[in-house]
Formats: sequence, C-alpha cells, structure tokens
Amino acid sequence: MSDVALPTLKAKDFTTDQDVRWCPGCGDYAVLAAVRKTLPDLGRKKEDFVFISGIGCAARFPYYMETYGLHSIHGRAPAFATGVKIANPELDVWLISGDGDLLSIGGNHTMHIMRRNVDVNIILLNNRIYGLTKGQYSPTSERGKVTKSTPDGSIDSPLNPLSLALGADSTFIARGIDIDAKHLTTLMQRGAAHRGTSFIEVYQDCNIFNHKVWFYASQKDSRPEHTVECVHGEPIVFGSDRNRGIRFADGELQVIQLGGEFSEADCMVHDERNRLQAWMLTRMHHPEFPEPLGVLYCNPDVPSYGAALEDQVTAAREKRSGQDLATLVRGRETWDVD
Amino acid sequence: MSTQAPSRPNDLVDLDSVAIRFCGDSGDGMQLTGGQFTTTSALFGNDFSTFPDFPAEIRAPRGTTFGVSGFQVHFADHHIHTPGDAVNAMVAMNPAAFKVNIADVEPGGVVIVNEDEFTKVGLKKAGYAPDENPLDDESLSTRYQFRPIPISRLTRESLADSEMGAKDIDRCRNMYALGLVYWLYDRPLDATIDYLQSYFGTKKNLPKVAEINIAALKAGYYFGETAEIFPVQYRVSPAPLSKGTYRKISGTEATVLGFAAAAQKASKDLLYAGYPITPASELLHGLSGLKHLGIRTFQAEDEIAAVCAAIGASFAGQIGVTGTSGPGLALKGEALGLAVMLELPIIVVDVQRAGPATGMPTKTEQADLLQAMYGRSGETPCIILAPSGPSDCFELVVEAVRLAVRCMCPVLFLSDGSIANGAEPWKLPDLDAIEPIVIEHPTEPAEGDEHYRPYRRDPDTLSRQWAIPGTPGLEHRVGGLEKEDITGNVSYDSDNHDHMIRQREEKIRRAADIIAPLEVDDPEGADVLVLGWGSTRGAIMGSVLALREEGCSVAVAHLRHLNPFPANIEEILNRYETVIVPENNTGQLKMLLQGRFLKPITGINELKGRAFHVHELRDRIRDLMQGGAS
Repeated sequence: MSDVALPTLKAKDFTTDQDVRWCPGCGDYAVLAAVRKTLPDLGRKKEDFVFISGIGCAARFPYYMETYGLHSIHGRAPAFATGVKIANPELDVWLISGDGDLLSIGGNHTMHIMRRNVDVNIILLNNRIYGLTKGQYSPTSERGKVTKSTPDGSIDSPLNPLSLALGADSTFIARGIDIDAKHLTTLMQRGAAHRGTSFIEVYQDCNIFNHKVWFYASQKDSRPEHTVECVHGEPIVFGSDRNRGIRFADGELQVIQLGGEFSEADCMVHDERNRLQAWMLTRMHHPEFPEPLGVLYCNPDVPSYGAALEDQVTAAREKRSGQDLATLVRGRETWDVD
Repeated sequence: MSTQAPSRPNDLVDLDSVAIRFCGDSGDGMQLTGGQFTTTSALFGNDFSTFPDFPAEIRAPRGTTFGVSGFQVHFADHHIHTPGDAVNAMVAMNPAAFKVNIADVEPGGVVIVNEDEFTKVGLKKAGYAPDENPLDDESLSTRYQFRPIPISRLTRESLADSEMGAKDIDRCRNMYALGLVYWLYDRPLDATIDYLQSYFGTKKNLPKVAEINIAALKAGYYFGETAEIFPVQYRVSPAPLSKGTYRKISGTEATVLGFAAAAQKASKDLLYAGYPITPASELLHGLSGLKHLGIRTFQAEDEIAAVCAAIGASFAGQIGVTGTSGPGLALKGEALGLAVMLELPIIVVDVQRAGPATGMPTKTEQADLLQAMYGRSGETPCIILAPSGPSDCFELVVEAVRLAVRCMCPVLFLSDGSIANGAEPWKLPDLDAIEPIVIEHPTEPAEGDEHYRPYRRDPDTLSRQWAIPGTPGLEHRVGGLEKEDITGNVSYDSDNHDHMIRQREEKIRRAADIIAPLEVDDPEGADVLVLGWGSTRGAIMGSVLALREEGCSVAVAHLRHLNPFPANIEEILNRYETVIVPENNTGQLKMLLQGRFLKPITGINELKGRAFHVHELRDRIRDLMQGGAS
C-alpha cells in the first residue's frame, strides 16, 4: 500500500458540469451511474482514469465523466486506447461504446485489442440498434428485424459479442444488464482488477428505437426464467424457484427440470477458468436457453500487452545500455575527409 | 586488398564519374551487391548517389522480366546530385535483366553479362523468341564494351573444393561479379570482406557461407586481373567533400535517426505505430530495434489503427508518430482530422509511391501533395514538410517533431520512394548543437482560471496547452465534436465554429514565423527561377548547373516547407519573370502556388515512376527559357 492515503472519492467527484444529453429513459443513464459509483472503490487516483469512446449515443460517455476523456472517431476507440496504454501503462483506461461502433465499423480493432490483451476495461452498451443515426439495424439486431433500413426485415444473422470475444482470445468476458446497477458494479470491479482486456457486455435499452428488446432478460418477472447468473464454483441453476438447471450431456448443453429425475448435482458447475465451457455458455440464446449473466470467463495468467512490452523495453535497455544516440548515428562504417 | 598495387598501373584511366547498374533476378542478391559497391566507394571517398529499383514481387517467377531487380550507383570525384541518367556500366546476371536494362546503357559503355544463363530455358523465360539469343547480335560488340562471361561456371569452378552444395555455391555468383567490377574500377575488397564475415560469419553463424562468398569475390577480382578481358582499369578519385566524418545513409535510415534524436532532444519517449506498406515498412523495421532509446513501435492491425494509436500516445504525453505511403495516408484521413480537432501533436511520414490505388508500389512519385494538403473532411490545415534528399530527412524529422509540439497539430512529412531507398554520403551532425525541443505540460490551470481550460491558447503561437492524463486537477475531455473556444466544451454555436476554424488555420500560418526563409541560389540575377520540392532537388541542381555551364542565367530554390510556405516566398516568386516548377506529378505544387499567389507558374511534369533524368530536365528547362514563359 502506498504511504500517501488516497483521497476519499464519491460518485459525485466523477460527475462533470455538462448536461447529460441522452434521451430520458435511456439505459445509458443507469450504466453511467453504475460506473460513477464503481470508480471511487477501485483505489485509484482520479487523474489516472481515462475514458475513451468511439461514435454513437454510448460514445458520449466520456463527456459526463470528470476524468481524462477522449471521444474519438467511429469504431477506432480500441486503437486509441492501445496507444494510450503503450504510452503510459499506469493509466486506468476504460473504453465505452455501442454495438455498432465496437462490432461493426470497429469490429477489427475490437478483435485485435482482445487478442493482444491490452489492459483496458471495455464496456459494450448493446442495444441492438443504431440510435444516434435514428434507428437502423445493428450487427446485433435479430434476424427479421424491421427498421428504417430494413423495411422487409433484416436478413443478417446477429453477431454474439461474447462469442466473438472468446474467439479473439479475450481473457475476461462478462455480461450484465443496464438497470441492475449492483450487479454491474460487481462486474466492473472484477473487470477493473483483471490485468488484461476485460470485456463486459451490457444489455441496454434504447427506449426510442428499440424499446423492450431486452425486457425478457431485464424485467423482474421474466428475468429469472430467461437468464442465469453464473457464479464460479456453483451449479448453473435458474428459474424463480431455482427449479431448472443447465447440464452437459450428449456433447451439448441441455435445460433440465430439477426436483424429479434431476437434481442440482446433475447441473454443470460454473468454472470461469474453463474456456470451452464459457464458449458453450455464450452460445445459450433466448428463447431456447436462459442467457448467462456474470463473469463467464476469466484467465488471469496471460500477461498483458503492456507488461510484455515493458519487459522488452527493460531488457533492451540492459542489453544495449552502451549504444547511445551518437553510436547509432555513426553507424557501422564511417570515413574521414581532411 | 587495399594495399595491393594495381596490376598494370600504366593502364589506369581516370574518370570523373561512373554510373554502374547491377541487375539480375530478384533472388540474385543485386541489392546487396550494389549496396556493397556503394559502401566501398563511400569509404574510398567518392561522392555517390544510389537508385535501388526492384519489383514488388518478392520472388517473381525466376528469370522473368517482371522479376528483374536492379541497383544503380553513381560515384564521382566531384559533388553529384542524382543516381545518374545514362548507365556507364551494366552487369546483367540473366537474359531478363539484360533485356530490361540494355537500352539504358550509353554507347561505348561496359556491358558484362553472365552468358551461362543465356540458355534456351533462360531465354524463353525472358520472353525471347525460340532460336533468338540477343548475345548473337554482332552490333553489341560495336556499340558497347561487350563482355559475355561464364560467371556461373567460373564461380562453380572457383568454389569446387569448398565442399558446399551447388545451391550455396550458385548464390555466390553475385560476389564473383562484384569482384570483377571491383577490379575494373580499382576498388579495394576489404569493406565487403568485413561485411561478409560479420553478416554470414558472425550474425548468421554460417562461417562456411562467409568463406565461399569471400572466395568468389576474390576469384572474380583475380579473373579481371589475369584474364585481360578489359584493356584498362578505371579509376574515379575521391571527391573534395568538406572536412568531417562521413557515413553512407539512406532516407529511411536518416528518418529513423531523426526520430531517435528528436525523442532525445525532447526528453520524451516516442511511439511509432505503423502497418506494413511499401516503401514505408523499413521505417517500422528500423525503429523497432531502438527500445533502449525510448522508442516503442506498434505494428497495428491496419493503417487506421496505427494513426489512432499514435494519437492515443500523444494524448497520453508521448511523441506519437505513424508512417505509411499514399494509400495508407488516405485511410488515415479521418483520424488526422480528429488530430486537427484535438490539437494534439502527431507526425505522419508519407513515403510517396506511384499511384493511384496500388499503382506501382516500388516506384517513386510526388503525387500525394494535394492529399496531404486537403485529403480530409472539413477544414483541416496541417503542417507539411518535404525532405530534399536522403540525408536531409534527419534534420527535417527533428524539425517536424519540433513544429508538431510547438503548434499542437499534425505534421505530414512527405518523403518518397527514391529518397527512402536512395543513399548518399552524410557528414555526421554535431548532436550537441541541435537545440532541445522544449515541451511544457501544465500542472495547474492557467492564471485566473478555476479549472483547466483545454482550448485556451498561447497569444503568440495560438497553440493550446498539452495537459496529460495523470496530472491531478487537470482532468478534461477532448473529442471530435466542435469545441467551444477556451473551455473545449461541445458547441454547435455558429459563430464559435467559424472562429475555431480560423483559429486552427491561423495557428498553422504562424508556424511560418519560425521556419527558415526560402533561399535562392541566383549568382547572376536571372529572370528565370526553377523551384522544386522533395526528391527532385538532385535532378534540378544537376540541370541548373549544366545550364549555367552552357552560359544560361538561371536561379534555383528548393522548398522544404509546403505548408505553411516560408514567409518570403511571395516576394521571391514575384522577383522572377518565369518560375518553372518541375514535379513528378501533374502540377500539384504549381496549383497551390498559382492559387495562393496568382502568379503564373510553368510546370515540367513527369510521372514515370522514377526521378527526372538530368539531361532531359535540362533540355526542357532550356526549351522553356528559349521559348519564353508558356
């Protein structure tokens, strides 16, 4: 622990003087509140936080955080974040953007920041729609979706962000819901503590262009039946009466009814270190399956990009300590003219 | 070998300059061969200029004309400016190389060919008709000093006792040819022997390979000495360069060193983020080995990520640099617009190549000037610099960093393929004499401000302050949305938008306060000015000096600052009746000058994927002078 006590910060300390300009009722408000609430408990100084975003409604996020912030260009936030972390690995970098930004125009960069394991906390506000451009379908929109740009229904298959993340060798993936601030805060604390890329998908309601798209998962009455909270070391059980579970049999996941033929002992035990199991969890889709929430995968053993880079820098400084700029400028061969 | 006396001193003929072209298949090691001849000539004391010319294909089908790789080196006993127009001597390692290059050899020039490769198969691959062998053409012997030599066979015979495989032995043919050429031009072998020992012997740990290459080199040299295939040897004496210590340097090397020097002078670490692209990849290679000097490199997933990472590093307080070629610059355009809006320093190296689209990646051109100037959405003024030759890159890169951090803006550095790959002698700079690059990050809000105001400007430079994350109390947000003056808050106010655009523009304009005035070389008070930029300097200087020798009065100047222009440029343009601007594009600088100063400019424009030839440019300038301004 540092000798100098950190100032006690509150959510209010992370609030800017700017009016928040999201639509009233937008799910982003709840996430903003959860983030502001999370930061004071992370044991970091306020000036060490950097919020970076791309373009879209969610990407306005940095303007509302009293930290260092960079509102960049469409899809490229992961590349900016990578540059910031290379320049100063000590900074605590948060990347907040939407499904269009991070998965469509920026899909390439999202994939690469994950496989490099840059120590950045990514929060994907997934509302399955383009909000800022007023209602076109997004890469996570469901097939058949009728929007302004798909009057006959979308014929694109939706992308599953967590499957994509695992495919890109992400070392931390989690999922939460906008209106469950307490749960989100827990996920963000875990993500912040993870040394490497942490990727948190948040089901977020766009109450203007895609209202209720997540209600099956977010509302009190339907949530227990259509989602499952995955807790490391515990059997995967769900339902308002905890009467159903997930088991692995015949090479696939199955929903089982507990109490009769099956008990909790038959359920798969969640192991967040098990990548294959995490993959199967991410493939559980509504309505056939409850959709998994919580930390689905966490591998703390992969060195972060920044740590690997700094190791190389240190090694180079030791190995080539005698080679200064003047030596380099002279090069291999010189000749004198008198 | 340097101590060895020439075998027949009476037969030495002095020449003032020679241009040699080594050419062969892209797998024949011609770049290495030419590079070694250059190093040897440099150490010997000649002035020199090189022109590596190679295909984009790494290993095009062997023996084909599109797989031909060439390296031209011009060395002289006086100051020279270009790799040379006509080839005085050519070494062709196969029929395809002969076919592609023979037309460039001057009448009476030396033509050495490896006749062993002129087989039926070899000739067919080179596209000759069945039963056609160009070596049968008797006029070759009358037009040139034509020497068909069985280089493959002689190499094999000379290495027969080496116990190495045929493949390794055949790879020594280039050294055999080099040895012969060393004899012909009376050059010492030691530098190349040292190189072969350290590269193959030490670095690659292949001492046997080093041994046979050295043996082939010597065998080639002795063949020249004993076979009497040339009646004379030639000698090009050292050039009278100014006193000092010199090295050979390419534009790429000078750029790399410039960034290392700039980082040190700024007491900053530097991030170079790049994506592989010809001919800029070598910058990434060169800088990636300099971690011990505080330089980090990042090979990004694409051109866009590279520029964005560089901007991210700059936001965090490092010197952010990216490098690319024309197509990559197009991809970086949006992010550069953001950097203009963020008012953060970043340096973008564009090693221009022949476009449009993929164009001719290994060939040079100057056609990205207007892209650098205007190739972004909205009003996005940036500083644009262009080095005039390989060694100039060093000094100008340091200036690019200096200007970027002073003006808090992107600086585009327009090099090109001929500068990046060309090499020349470079007098080592006095590193202590380079002024420090002063960067002051604020630690508290400006006097009178309660909070940090990111867009409060210095009244003189109009630059904003560079507050960096990690600084307590200066937390702030920047982004691509229009900024309110001073506070930096998002603003859609119409007057503010107009004001901010003009502030950003004026800030760039004021960079002219600290850039060097344009210097004119005009000994006789001419009516005609030849004004160039970038890599055309060598051909322009050669042409102007030739015209002066003919008795023509002509002034010459060279722009290294394209935006803003030096403060005195308008006065200079108006001083001359005729201003001629030669460019390897269709008239981009001409358009900028005419539009800005309403001064008619005469363009000489050529897009052949190579630099101007001196004699052609000289003739065109002379024609224009005789015909008056067009």
